Amino acid sequence: MDGEADGSVTVSEDSGRRRRVHGMLKLYYGLNEEGKTPEQPESLDPCDINGPHFDPELYLNKLRRECSLAELMDQETCMVKQIRSLDSDMQTLVYENYNKFISATDTIRKMKNDFKKMEDEMDCLSANMAAITDFSARISGTLQDQHTQITKLSGVHTLLRKLQFLFELPARLNKCLELQAYAQAVSSHRRARCVLQQYSHLPSFKGIQDDCHAIMDKLAQELRQKINVVVRMDGGSSAKDLSECVELLLQLDEPAEELCDKFLSHARSRLESDLQGLEAEIRPYPSTSALKDASARELASKNIPQMANGKLHAFVDDLAARYFSLVERRIQEEKGVGDNSLLVRALDRFHRRLQAVAKLLPGSAVPNQGTEIVIRAATERVKQYLCALQSFYMDSLTDVRQALATPRLSVAGASLAGELLSSLSASILNQIKSVLASVHLFTAKDITFSNKPYFKGEFCSQGVRESLVVSFIKFLCQSSRQFCESAGDKGGSTPPALLLLLSRLCLDYETSTISYILTLTDEQFLVQHHSPVTPVTSLCAEAREAAQKLLNHYVKVQGLIISQMLRKSVETRDWVNTIEPRNVRAVMKRVVEDTTSIDVQVGLLYEEGVRKAHSSDSSKRTFSVYSSSRQQARYAASYTPSAPMDTNLLSNIHKLFSERIDIFSSVEFNKVSVMTGIIKISLKTFLECVRLRTFGRYGLQQIQVDCHYLQMYLWRFVSDENLVHFLLDEIVGSSAHRCLDPAPMEQSVIEVICERG
Amino acid sequence: MEDDAPVIYGLEFQARALTAQTAETDAIRFLVGTQSLKFDNQIHIIDFDDENNIINKNVLLHQAGEIWHIGASPADKAVLTTCYNKTSDSRLVSCAAVWRMPSDWETGSHESPDDSAHNPQTLELLCRLDDSAHGNAACVLWEPMGDGKRVISLADNNALLWDLQESSTQATVSSTATLEGKGQLKFTAGKWSPHHNCSQLATANDTAIRGWDLRTMSQIYCIENAHGQLVRDLDFNPNRQYYLASCGDDCKVKFWDVRNVQEPIKTLEEHSHWVWSVRYNHSHDQLVLTASSDSRLILSNMVSISSEPFGHLVDDEELSEGEDNHQEDKSKEPLKDSVVSTYEEHEDSVYAAEWSSADPWLFASLSYDGRLVINRVPRALKYRILL
Repeated sequence: MDGEADGSVTVSEDSGRRRRVHGMLKLYYGLNEEGKTPEQPESLDPCDINGPHFDPELYLNKLRRECSLAELMDQETCMVKQIRSLDSDMQTLVYENYNKFISATDTIRKMKNDFKKMEDEMDCLSANMAAITDFSARISGTLQDQHTQITKLSGVHTLLRKLQFLFELPARLNKCLELQAYAQAVSSHRRARCVLQQYSHLPSFKGIQDDCHAIMDKLAQELRQKINVVVRMDGGSSAKDLSECVELLLQLDEPAEELCDKFLSHARSRLESDLQGLEAEIRPYPSTSALKDASARELASKNIPQMANGKLHAFVDDLAARYFSLVERRIQEEKGVGDNSLLVRALDRFHRRLQAVAKLLPGSAVPNQGTEIVIRAATERVKQYLCALQSFYMDSLTDVRQALATPRLSVAGASLAGELLSSLSASILNQIKSVLASVHLFTAKDITFSNKPYFKGEFCSQGVRESLVVSFIKFLCQSSRQFCESAGDKGGSTPPALLLLLSRLCLDYETSTISYILTLTDEQFLVQHHSPVTPVTSLCAEAREAAQKLLNHYVKVQGLIISQMLRKSVETRDWVNTIEPRNVRAVMKRVVEDTTSIDVQVGLLYEEGVRKAHSSDSSKRTFSVYSSSRQQARYAASYTPSAPMDTNLLSNIHKLFSERIDIFSSVEFNKVSVMTGIIKISLKTFLECVRLRTFGRYGLQQIQVDCHYLQMYLWRFVSDENLVHFLLDEIVGSSAHRCLDPAPMEQSVIEVICERG
Repeated sequence: MEDDAPVIYGLEFQARALTAQTAETDAIRFLVGTQSLKFDNQIHIIDFDDENNIINKNVLLHQAGEIWHIGASPADKAVLTTCYNKTSDSRLVSCAAVWRMPSDWETGSHESPDDSAHNPQTLELLCRLDDSAHGNAACVLWEPMGDGKRVISLADNNALLWDLQESSTQATVSSTATLEGKGQLKFTAGKWSPHHNCSQLATANDTAIRGWDLRTMSQIYCIENAHGQLVRDLDFNPNRQYYLASCGDDCKVKFWDVRNVQEPIKTLEEHSHWVWSVRYNHSHDQLVLTASSDSRLILSNMVSISSEPFGHLVDDEELSEGEDNHQEDKSKEPLKDSVVSTYEEHEDSVYAAEWSSADPWLFASLSYDGRLVINRVPRALKYRILL
């Protein structure tokens, strides 16, 4: 049974086990997986059954000492099983090896037979080769004589051909002259000239040479005439003719100096007229004239020998300077940012022509100046794009402002803020992307100047990244900050909703957009930062600062609007002679309404934020508790004439345990914090105004009612309702102090009035 | 260092009115007026013993009503003015009056310093500065450095210039100025300029600051929208005649050159709530004290717009000996405008702060809960300014 079970296991896990067994065997022979001796020292433990230092006696003793009988039995069965499996493995291996040996012997025997056959064939081959060599030697011997004869005959033939050419030369030259194929004539004559020179002592050749000279002189004469005609004609299309003539004349060994002067003067007059034409109507793209200019120069440089180089340089530099000034004026006129590709193409063509000149005139400063012009044009372009971006931003802000102003009356206006924000940021992002795409043309692969080190390095990092993208982001933050500063004193010309929206925009920039834009730029332009660049973090910090400032300002503005209502309501009333309160004053309802609408407005753009844990539903109840217990205690103190100190004591003790409240403090980026800020400002104003007034009995009661009403509605907006409690408590307390006849209203009555609304 | 610790004094009642006893130049003395609707109001005379760090107080009764503003005569130690609220038949009236302290208030305190409430003496009324035609008095200003014969009272939208005669027992209105405009205009604060022969007055109403020529009683300048919100207080730089400080509900303190009313020359935004009081130090005008309802008092060092922008210029002869020379070299580096220190001893809104008239390095502040705190300019700064 045991064996059967073992067998089934062996079958199912055959391969895995074999590998393991081989592993074990290898281990035993001290080989690792790669067949090398392992480097780590083998275990010297004599009790390691797989180790080389295994001592069976010691192992047995150890087992007997340490293990119980049951364990020993287990150990034994386990060991027997292992031994059995090792045995069978060994057998298999031996069988396998034996088979391999037999097949190897067969193979070797077969190889021996094959080699013997091959040897015989090789012998046969070498015999054949020897016979072939013999035959070929015999054939070449017989053909020798005929070969020399043929060579001689062909030599005679070529000589005769040459002679015929010479004899026909005068006639051919004449014909060329007739047909005005000067170039052909000159080349023919050049070919024959040396030969005629060499054999001029023979009378027949002399005759031919004289004839040729006469014809060539005539030809030269004709060419000169043609040059003169061309120079006088002063036609644009004749440039090629002219340079052809000059070339031919040069080949006829005419004086180069004179020719050069003549040619240059002609070129100058022609280019000058070109430049004048350009100057007159500076509209067409510079590339066209660049073409003419460059091509003319190209020919010139081809023709003029070395000695005239200096003259040529002066000529080119002079013309180039004038030409460049024209180009630059032209580029400066290119103000519109509409189609950048046209400009880039023009610049590219311009640059390419200059590159050609550079190849012809290696020492000239012209190409460098040209590159500088291109660079200047590029930076100018980047500046224009920045301006365009900025004005786009301001325009879209104006749009947003209008959109915020118009639908304020309708209900739909509320949900608009979120949409406005997303559309604003999306349109800005799109604009940035399109600008980047336009600027990217400057560094496109097919544009020649994109290979210049400037366009590879500085243009990307300083030009695009710093002065375009980074500048724009900085501008955005700065303009946002200006909203806070300018609006602060001059009566809040910025609508608060816009402040809120911008604050959210800046915050979004801080969290994601800035890094996105910069990554985009870096990827598109493969910016290698040789020079230090503005890091993302500092930009983010700037954006965050702007966002914080805007939000603080928003809180301040909204707080002041509510404060103003509260103040007017407190200041304009005669609190001493007021009637018994029957309702909550309309101002308080207005305050709650406004606060609710601000809450909605902020909620559209900012997350909820964290509240301090409060007793959810029971919070309404806590107010009644607070007002009946704590507040009553305070009143009680102030009513007792004998103990004026107690009032202070109580409120001071109370203050000891409450934290100092910073009214116009910084808020966090969430709704609750913003609302807390606004409510704090409003209630503190209420408190200070109350302290400046004197109240009658009903005045105090009215304040009680108002405060209870505020408590009922305001706690839900703030992070810590105790803050509202504390401030309202303080307000009621202060008005009780400022009351001539402090008789507080019953809590239940207050509640009824407030419930009634 | 122990000397720098603040000294705190608690009043039983709430209080807003605080002034230094201007005519007193030997003892450090402050006057505090209380606000209570139910009890007799008091004027506390707070004497500070600089050497022992002890406060001595004397109480005088001010039975006319709760005190909103107090002013001490620059010529006679015993004379003061108050603005107070009187209730009669459930009507509130704001009045102003000139008072004289009883001559023996000081002797009384020496005998029984503890039971001041036991038998407090009463102020002697010299004359009322009431003119039924001119509404409720907001504050009374003495002619600075004058002979104690002229005061200005601000009542609703009128500024009244009074002549006090026969040792202040009679007051007659010598001239008036009226603020005219839309709505109910009301002066909230004012300051009599010590410059130009005391012929100028600055007033605040709502968000505007106005300057008046007292000889013609006509407006000479106007800073519209000086603050975003109500202007709470003003003070003139004692050494630079055109420089004026203002503070208000926009939490800002602004410094103006009245020759250019378009822009403030400097703005401070250190407080987190309305600023109720701003005071220049009488001798070292770079030190400016501001009190706010955020329960804080802030001492700022406004060097750049002071009369000594490069520090005190000391002649070599004035320096005692060589040792001081070294110190002076170190302090030559220009000081920057900065907040010297923020005092947080108050727990309620601080409505008033005043420099002592006797010790230029000492000041008092008063919070609504009746806590008076006396502080000193930090010693390091003091030496820096002096040396």
